[in-house]
Amino acid sequence: MRIKLEKRAEPSRFMLFATPVAAVVFTILIGAVLFDALGYDGLGTVKEIFFTPILASYKWQDVATKAAPLILIALGLSLGNQAKVWNIGAEGQYIAGALAGALVAYLTPGVASHWIIIPMVIAGVLGGAAWAAIPAFLKTKLNVNEVLTSLMLVYVALQLLSYLVTGPWKDPNGHNFPQTAPFTDAQLLPHSIAGTFIPPGLVIAFVLMLAFWLVVSRSVYGFQVRVVGAAPSAARYAGFSANGTVWSTLLISGGMAGLAGILEATSQLGQLNLGFPSNYGFTAIIVSFLGRLHPVGVFIAGIVLAITYVGGQVAQTTVHVPSASGGIFQALMLFLILAGDVLVRYRLVLK
Amino acid sequence: MADTYARLELRDISKRFPGVLANDNVSLTVMPGEIHALLGENGAGKSTLVKMIYGIMAPDSGQILWDGQAVRIQNPKAARKLGIGMVFQHFSLFEAMTVLENIALGLDTKVSRAALEVEILKVMNTYGLTLDPKRIVSTLSVGERQRIEIVRALLLNPKLLIMDEPTSVLTPQEVGQLFETLRKLAAQGCSILYISHKLHEIIALCETATILRGGKLIATCDPRKETPRKLAEMMIGANLKEISKVAGRTFGDVKFAVRNLTLPKIGDFGTALNEIEFEVKAGEIFGIAGVAGNGQNELLEALGGEVLAHSNDAISIAGAGVGKCGPTERRAFGLGAVPEERNGHAAVSDFSLQDNAVLTARNRMNMVSAQLIDPSASNAFSQKVIMSFGVKAQGTKATAGSLSGGNLQKYIMGREILQNPVVLVVSQPTWGVDAGAAAAIRQAIVDLAAKGSAMVIISQDLDELLELCDTLSVINLGKLSKPLKVGEVSVEEIGLLMGGIHGEVQHAH
Repeated sequence: MRIKLEKRAEPSRFMLFATPVAAVVFTILIGAVLFDALGYDGLGTVKEIFFTPILASYKWQDVATKAAPLILIALGLSLGNQAKVWNIGAEGQYIAGALAGALVAYLTPGVASHWIIIPMVIAGVLGGAAWAAIPAFLKTKLNVNEVLTSLMLVYVALQLLSYLVTGPWKDPNGHNFPQTAPFTDAQLLPHSIAGTFIPPGLVIAFVLMLAFWLVVSRSVYGFQVRVVGAAPSAARYAGFSANGTVWSTLLISGGMAGLAGILEATSQLGQLNLGFPSNYGFTAIIVSFLGRLHPVGVFIAGIVLAITYVGGQVAQTTVHVPSASGGIFQALMLFLILAGDVLVRYRLVLK
Repeated sequence: MADTYARLELRDISKRFPGVLANDNVSLTVMPGEIHALLGENGAGKSTLVKMIYGIMAPDSGQILWDGQAVRIQNPKAARKLGIGMVFQHFSLFEAMTVLENIALGLDTKVSRAALEVEILKVMNTYGLTLDPKRIVSTLSVGERQRIEIVRALLLNPKLLIMDEPTSVLTPQEVGQLFETLRKLAAQGCSILYISHKLHEIIALCETATILRGGKLIATCDPRKETPRKLAEMMIGANLKEISKVAGRTFGDVKFAVRNLTLPKIGDFGTALNEIEFEVKAGEIFGIAGVAGNGQNELLEALGGEVLAHSNDAISIAGAGVGKCGPTERRAFGLGAVPEERNGHAAVSDFSLQDNAVLTARNRMNMVSAQLIDPSASNAFSQKVIMSFGVKAQGTKATAGSLSGGNLQKYIMGREILQNPVVLVVSQPTWGVDAGAAAAIRQAIVDLAAKGSAMVIISQDLDELLELCDTLSVINLGKLSKPLKVGEVSVEEIGLLMGGIHGEVQHAH
């Protein structure tokens, strides 16, 4: 008997929804076996990583806090991914956004009005977009692959952050720690909406999810993005500009990453330091695919990945797995989603 | 005696693909030296049958006999070892390499360059094929490229040569040359299996014809004793509809004018457009003939607005210059365009028919308000196209890729026609489309012209152009000939123009 892949006449809608769920289930199963084989408590690891954050209500705020940036970034990435514009550098745009917002804060220490947060957030969006504009320019003018340029710019952003927090922006009262001066009260957003565990970023992410949903499913622009991704020649025939799509999707995804960065800086950290980059920009790529590039799917997937973030930390202290284990689970999940994709277009047949 | 056996005999061959029985108990016999036609519409199962003979796929059931011996042909290499050669419809040549290098690459055994060149020249002399082995493939015409494939097949001294739709890219003169070669081959005992849907060619060339329809063997006959009409009806299984075209029509004002349209070539293997000029009046059907790769795709893209002209005056619709307008603006002026490639250019295969309606009809059919697409409007229009043009599809939610070539082409044509274009430019309207759908599409073109649209039809199918068009020009190396009146011009003249002989037309006959 042989197992063969056979092309389906039409992509399977069932598999479109089933494979992300299956990917999570298989991640849990394979992860348990893997960690058992490595001599850890496999079932315990899985329980801590995937279930403790859900079952323990005191972890909910942590999950919501981590979900917010993941969802914000992944919403933007999903738009670009639909157009087959691969922005791998959201992490860099996230940092650039935070730096641009912090620049506004740095220049306006004396402003006591809370309204200062508005220009800071706008600067954050623009900073992220500006960072993404570099790959857009190189792609449209010189046909340089955006995967390479956007990724390389992450490391440029990291160096820039490192230079600023250890150099010109270093907090003079910071005991020589590599960090900026704390934002003033006026420059801060609350950790969470009063009386709830929901951070402001998650509320913004929810609203933007609805907006993206409308744009993707109903607007001419959303249609354009899908056509450019599915059939570039048909897009040209339909009068949609490929270069325009590269520019707009990169600016939007960069802007979203920048927004996530400045919200994280102002509502959670209260300053910038070397620990600010937390790989949200990379993990959001997984969120985007796990959520099937759909805004609602991305929202749910963002929460799932946030759970693994929080659970990974829990598992380190309780079952003593290495700090990389959360990342291993996330990577496993991405591989399984991508592998499962084949079932959308093909079916397995036994011969 | 070996000759008492058939060269190739197929007995009850069946092959099933998911959801379709491609070959259903097909039997056929090819004698040594016989030129045997395999006739059928697209999707009738011709390609599948031939792929099994050439070892690309294996039959599910049935027997293949070679010189009287039952054989299992595992792969093309095994087929070539038996003496089966094949010339594919789509060539597999490296454009940047020479003829000799291309042939050397396709051989199963290693032969020295010098020896190979001698062999090639010998084969070409024997069969009257002219070709310089040192030429780079990208500089060759399509007919010359086909000769490389033929030489490549002949080097193996085949006992059976399979030709898949060989004339679809040739000028009438090149077709004549090809037939000479094939007759010579047959006279020396090589059998030829000739796949085509061009009936007059089969009548001119073949001694036996096997007709397939829907995977089944319909008839085996002597095509020389049949009329094209009879053959066509056996092929499509229905009565053939004549296209009704009102005689003695008069045309209105000039609706579409192209003036001095010159564009540089794109990429290494594109074709530059050189001072293209023509005009089309309301109600007129203007044909552009030519061998593939002479700038047809470039012209379609330039007319449709996918590639912009250098000045607005280069292209005008009903007097308004649109040369520097993109496709969306040109559609607003009333231009419709249908490119040759359906999947991925005229339509997005993975999208529903409804979404494919949005592709070009969104503005003219009022599907958009405040930048939002109204799904009920696109659904209604899509439904209307399906109904009016008899598109066989499972509703507007079916993906374009799930439709057969003919049905998708009907849908695309319908989508453009129902937008009431002032000008409609169509490339290869019936390419790869079954005869029934082709007749419906041609009728729709004639009907739209009768309603006062200016029509431009770019096609490699000369018969189609002569049937449809009022006026005709030939494109060769990106240059368009003077317009010729259909009915006053001979096929020979057009053929010479297609081959690029411009000045000699007057004293060609």
